[in-house]
Amino acid sequence: MKTTELPRWATAFALPILNLLSALLVAALVIYLLGESPVESLGILVNSAVINPEGLSYTLFYASTFIFTGLSVSIAMKAGLFNIGSEGQLYIGGLGLTMAMLALDKVLPAWLLIPAAMIGSALFGALWAWLPGYLQARRGSHIVVTTIMFNFIAASLMNFVIVKYLIPEGQQNPASRVFADAGAMPRLNAWFPVLGDTPLNVSFLLAIVALVVYGVMVWRSAWGYQLRATGLNQHAAHYAGVSISRMIIVAMLISGALAGLGAVNSIMGSTHYLSLNFPAGAGFVGIAIALMGRQHPVGIFLSAVLFGALIQGGFDLSLEKPNIPQETFIFIQGLIILFCGAMENFYAPAILKLINLRKG
Amino acid sequence: MLEDLHLASIVVSTIRNAPVLIFAAMAGLFAERSGVIDLALEGKILASAFVSAAVAYSTQNPWYGVAAGVAVSTALALLQGYVSITQKGNQLVGGIAINIAMSGLTFVLAQFFYQQGGRTPDLGDARLVDLVLPGTAAVADIPFIGWLYGQVIGGHSALVYLAFALIPLVHWVIYHSRFGLRLRACGENPHAADAAGVSVERTRYMAMLVAGVLCSFSGSYLAIVQSGFFLRDMSAGAGYLALTALVFGNWRPLYTALGCVMFGFFSAVQIQMEGVDLPGIGRIPGSLIQMIPYVVTVVVLAGLMAKSVAPKAIGKPFVKSR
Amino acid sequence: MPPAVEFRDICKAFGPVQANSRVSFSIEKGAIHGVIGENGAGKSTLMSILYGYYHADSGQCLIDGQQRDIRSSHEAIALGIGMVHQHFMLVENFTVLDNVMLGAEGGFKLASKRAETEARLREICARYRLDVDPLAKIEDLSVGAQQRVEILKQIYRSANILILDEPTAVLTAQETASLFEILRLFKEQGKTIVLITHKLQEIMDITDQVTVMRAGKVVGAVDTAGTSKEELANMMVGRPIQGELPRAPYRPGAPVLEVTGLGLEDENKVKLLADVGFTLRAGEIVAIAGVSGNGQSELLEILSGMRLPSSGRASLLGTELPFAKRSDPDGLPALFRTLGIGHVPEDRLRDGVIKDFSVMQNTVFGYQDRVTNRWGLFDFKAIAARCAHLLKAFDVRPSNPELRIGLLSGGNQQKVVIAREVSAQPKLMLVGQPTRGVDIGTIEAIHTQLLKMRDEGVAILLVSVELEEVRALADRIIVMSGGRITGELKIEEFDTTRIGLLMGGMHKT
Repeated sequence: MKTTELPRWATAFALPILNLLSALLVAALVIYLLGESPVESLGILVNSAVINPEGLSYTLFYASTFIFTGLSVSIAMKAGLFNIGSEGQLYIGGLGLTMAMLALDKVLPAWLLIPAAMIGSALFGALWAWLPGYLQARRGSHIVVTTIMFNFIAASLMNFVIVKYLIPEGQQNPASRVFADAGAMPRLNAWFPVLGDTPLNVSFLLAIVALVVYGVMVWRSAWGYQLRATGLNQHAAHYAGVSISRMIIVAMLISGALAGLGAVNSIMGSTHYLSLNFPAGAGFVGIAIALMGRQHPVGIFLSAVLFGALIQGGFDLSLEKPNIPQETFIFIQGLIILFCGAMENFYAPAILKLINLRKG
Repeated sequence: MLEDLHLASIVVSTIRNAPVLIFAAMAGLFAERSGVIDLALEGKILASAFVSAAVAYSTQNPWYGVAAGVAVSTALALLQGYVSITQKGNQLVGGIAINIAMSGLTFVLAQFFYQQGGRTPDLGDARLVDLVLPGTAAVADIPFIGWLYGQVIGGHSALVYLAFALIPLVHWVIYHSRFGLRLRACGENPHAADAAGVSVERTRYMAMLVAGVLCSFSGSYLAIVQSGFFLRDMSAGAGYLALTALVFGNWRPLYTALGCVMFGFFSAVQIQMEGVDLPGIGRIPGSLIQMIPYVVTVVVLAGLMAKSVAPKAIGKPFVKSR
Repeated sequence: MPPAVEFRDICKAFGPVQANSRVSFSIEKGAIHGVIGENGAGKSTLMSILYGYYHADSGQCLIDGQQRDIRSSHEAIALGIGMVHQHFMLVENFTVLDNVMLGAEGGFKLASKRAETEARLREICARYRLDVDPLAKIEDLSVGAQQRVEILKQIYRSANILILDEPTAVLTAQETASLFEILRLFKEQGKTIVLITHKLQEIMDITDQVTVMRAGKVVGAVDTAGTSKEELANMMVGRPIQGELPRAPYRPGAPVLEVTGLGLEDENKVKLLADVGFTLRAGEIVAIAGVSGNGQSELLEILSGMRLPSSGRASLLGTELPFAKRSDPDGLPALFRTLGIGHVPEDRLRDGVIKDFSVMQNTVFGYQDRVTNRWGLFDFKAIAARCAHLLKAFDVRPSNPELRIGLLSGGNQQKVVIAREVSAQPKLMLVGQPTRGVDIGTIEAIHTQLLKMRDEGVAILLVSVELEEVRALADRIIVMSGGRITGELKIEEFDTTRIGLLMGGMHKT
């Protein structure tokens, strides 16, 4: 009998890997056309991002933020919402974190200050996601366009706030003052000296905890069941007693909070001050991660590490090869979103044919 | 304060700002009325902006640049069509993918070819001339009429006239042509179109083709007419503003164009407002003024300005079901 | 004279399901030919092949004696085949004229043929008494009028062979009679009509020949004059139709549901429900009979909490249902469930199940809060045990709890839904079209289950467009038309003609 449906191993592994390879193949082609060797570039990248222990540390450091933005987009997707606004939510989360720091960092010890700042970032990130969620739930305004708009508004708003209120006297750099040492996330190189002088910090462990909590909540709780039902079929979810508008708003609040928490790694793990445009595209990377990782905790983790490697390796690559600037990786991001998101079933008919051929 | 605002220059600026959105919105209209969500307007604008600036610079001929822009934008639109129509993929994701990919690729290519930090060199004289209507000099001294004839109706580049001429043309095609009837049917009830013998796939591909062509002018206008060069991410959300104009105009050509003009007006006021002291508030910082179009978009989408109804079958890939 | 249509050994499979299996029969020119069979018999698939939607895996189709390979609806139309679908293929915000011109515009400029088309439409309307204004918008027309537009489209395209797929499902008795008049006029003009239906009475009323299909095969081809409803029914079902199912004597208990003055208006102030009131007691089945679209669906939606009424009250075992305090029904169905109302929805795939969830996940759908521990996490062991028990007790096949429910047949999906609602032990059970899209064997099982609930004291409100089902299950019958209750009868008073008149809006005198 002919198989008409793809088995689990095909949809969970074969398709995502084939999709990823397709994206990388196109990227390799472009790199070749730019006059560089894709193989050599790949070598530099892998060496810098994985083999070198300090490079690996940087890879995981970037991955820490990406896990949070990836979770942010994933949980919204589970509710059927395409939240493009993680970039803005991350940015505004940074503001919340900063306000907590500026108010409390001279007063509180580390073990109180860090949670306070985390709460600030989560709260502000959630706030920035609230209005698009509310508008979608209550007025049917398409969340894709509203969240994109909120990204732009966040950029303008933060520009204004930083320049007008946060730059310390006498400074030129568009950034806030440096936060007290108590606000620094403990670095992992204290336990693993091989990591060298790199910013990989406890946020990485927090990110893993977040992945586990996400996995348990979405697949093992009644609330997660209702979330997934809403994303799959709103009519049926209404029949089943789910309050759809409440679910949409709550999903967006959590999504925003997760994105906001990404700021903890970027700021408290690294710079220790709020700077203009610190998100640097991490929110959009979250979209690629959520699609590539199919909103599954393990998938999100692996995709985040992969992107961390691309950023870290890409940075070193851009230094050695000026024809491959870091913006190349934005292009690769777009390709991944295309192949893993919009064309996710491209290879499905071929795989089906293969399975049926082997069946004889 | 009002004198500072220079009403006259606001009117002229509005006319010159609107075409970017008009081209994009008309493009989006064709795609969306046929049932395909067009989130990739931004990417098409960027791609066309880069290519038209680059080709115009290399050939020192703006029209070759425009033609190149058409080619690239159309190719992207057909790719988008392939993903949405044939592969039946998620149209929102596909659109965002193209936007992000083009944002990166245009920078990389600009850097590769010109090494100027991801922008193309200044076009200098290789830009489109402002068309001067016959008799402008003769009436130039007559108050108001001189200004109206010389600067409002006349004195713009060819693409500006094309944009405004498009509006009634698009309206006619959508409502009074066979193509338009079939297009609208595919967007409202593709099963009905299919039952009537219309090929839904072909019609939607045609719509994407038209969208690609129209959208390209938005990019070439930005690069060749407004700035004279391509700059990273120069579209700055124009693609999304165009989508908002569609919502505002209920996917009808005339009202959508009105929305575009409205956004053009806000842009014009925005530039004038920088450096102007408002009574009681003082000077509004540039970064907050920058926010205005995006805030207006949210207001429109919240349904506070108009109640709008999207084409019924939009976003759903057509699968024959019996 | 060759037949208008001849099928020879048509085979068509969809995955593992053989929808058509060596189907062969002829349709005479100038005849009204009925194709009858139960849900899933293969009649719609066959007609889709004739109209070019699907391509047969093997076999031939001959039109007017010539073999034709029909690959698209475009080609079918060119061959003179027209189809009036069960779900109308009309663009709602177009006018009748635009809908007719779609696909046959006659040139790039619409204006060039508009006037001519409009004139021709008016002429056709007059000749066939179709009573449709070409400039009216579809969304403003009644269902019966919309169907006439569909017919108008086919006649305009000079269809010689007109296929009608379950045309009377949405019509009242009077509208059905008008439709049949139109078909007779059509036949007089020498056209051929193919009528797909599952209603025996219609076959006897209007067809000349009838082909009976069952499970993808042709099981009989007879002249209507020489057969009877019983003979056709036997062929359709494959065995003598079952007699009455056993039920306990009718002894209704205390009132469970009291509805008073329920009304519903839509945004255009159209009254979907007006002044609906009745009482439902424990241990009885009250069936709401009526042609679909007369308010019954809305009534069920209101009583299950999925929609709010505009006016009126309802109470369950003395507790007032909380309509008045709410501005929207978001989340309301959960509350109604805790009050003891179970609901088997009319549209199973849209409302009742999540087709990408597994069977097991669907067995807790709507009751997800009842199977968690105190942290809100699922007790998977308990869920699995309960699911296994339900699948066995309700004979769901295949009985694999991990299977995606979308892969089950309609009948088995329905069994899962009913199993789930029954096991929650509701006091009031709302049931909408329980056997729609369900095969014969399962229909009997579902009916038996409903009767069992009734005997155990549950109050059941059944909505069904199938009069046979109403007759098999109801203790009392309420007839609705135009959003109002037009009549009530006890089961002993069951009379098809009287009910038909009540469904058509004639109040009992």
